[in-house]
Amino acid sequence: MKKIGIAGYGSTKFSKNEIPIEELLVESTKQVFQTTSNLSQNLIDGVIVSTNDNSKYLGAIISERVGIKPKISHTIEHLCSSGTNAVISAFSYIAAGLADVILVTGGDVTGNPGQVLEWDQSRGELNHPIYWGSMFTKAHKRKFNTTEEELAIVSAKNHKQAMDNPNSYSHEPYTISQIMNSKIITDDLRMLDCSYPCSGSASILLASEDIIKKFTDTPIWISGIGQKTNSASFTKNDLTNLSSTISASKDAYVMADTNSSDIDVAEVHDAFSVCELMAVKDLGLTAEFSSTEFIRNLFNTGDRKINPRGGLIGAGHPLGATGISQIIEITQQLQNNAEKRQINNVKKGLIHNMSAAATSSTVLILES
Amino acid sequence: MNRFENELNNGDFIVSECINCKQIVWPPSDFCNICHNITKWRNTDNIGIIIEFSKKNDEFFGLIEIEQNLRIMGKIITGKIPKINQKVILKKCSFNNTPKFIFETFTN
Repeated sequence: MKKIGIAGYGSTKFSKNEIPIEELLVESTKQVFQTTSNLSQNLIDGVIVSTNDNSKYLGAIISERVGIKPKISHTIEHLCSSGTNAVISAFSYIAAGLADVILVTGGDVTGNPGQVLEWDQSRGELNHPIYWGSMFTKAHKRKFNTTEEELAIVSAKNHKQAMDNPNSYSHEPYTISQIMNSKIITDDLRMLDCSYPCSGSASILLASEDIIKKFTDTPIWISGIGQKTNSASFTKNDLTNLSSTISASKDAYVMADTNSSDIDVAEVHDAFSVCELMAVKDLGLTAEFSSTEFIRNLFNTGDRKINPRGGLIGAGHPLGATGISQIIEITQQLQNNAEKRQINNVKKGLIHNMSAAATSSTVLILES
Repeated sequence: MNRFENELNNGDFIVSECINCKQIVWPPSDFCNICHNITKWRNTDNIGIIIEFSKKNDEFFGLIEIEQNLRIMGKIITGKIPKINQKVILKKCSFNNTPKFIFETFTN
């Protein structure tokens, strides 16, 4: 199989503003053209859109707006992991020889319909994500004796790291105390334990090894892919394991011929504080009963290994853009181009993106 | 509305059970997601146990297991702080855009 890599990228600032989805997608797409050497519209074989927005025919609309006449254009929707799913679709087209260069653009607007899965009747009327977030958090407290402070450290770390991300929705340096005293959502969730489904867009350009050097001297390769969907219904989940993540990460590590100890930096899906604690365990980045100490140590030492751009909690969560934004961060880290967020000597990075209370997970591994 | 939703509106919680492999198919379906045979509708005893719970404002809510493989989220009426594995009964159900389940803890 041909090597496939990331040749360029662009991102809007994430915000609370109500911006039409087409404008968001066009803005990050234009940035790809502005920042990628030798890129012209006629070199792009495919345009894949990642969004939960109800707008129709966005692949063709965005293509027309920016002057592309692609062979392939369509939309991918998979709730919060739409972005990585769209990238894997693009990867597959290139790997199959149906395309050499594909633009993936993703975004969503505050209040988008992807936040609630109406189909899932097992949630009853409690279908807002705060309810599954509360179940995960309470179960984590019960099994691992996790404290409110340990949960708040996740949020404090990610808000702190988001301050150095120019595109993040939040630039507030919340203290642990402020997080622990933020608005009560449920007995097990505070407002600042929650990611915010804001507006934003992110785009990347994928290319085969045959052509990628035309666009960049520092391509970042997608070396590992793993995906798993267990169900759509939240209530079939184990509450203390992200079992779809465990399965997806195993496949990604095998494909990349690597393991968790080789991962230098990771973007994980911290929809709620507890999700980061669960993810670092289930991705094998720390031992089963060490998640809270692992994150506390990162926070105390200023080590940005987990969620350097601020995660979903700090950077914001425009669903269709999130997975792509995570990929851009790991790409910048591997290119030694992450400015204030840069981690030293990064060789391999991981992206963890999940949907609907971890009923589905995607894990990607990138290498320079 | 489908039959499941209509029955909820009548206050009856029914489940679909495969006529072949006897598995409860959840969410309700007219065919089995294991062997793809047809299902039949039946009532449950409406008794469940608390798998996990939390509280929003003054109301407890939680994940309740009614029968094997059948877990649903609902509000929990209780005079005390609930306990894991505590028995509850489905006190009320209805349907208005989404199902609505209200459980009550056993006092004994």
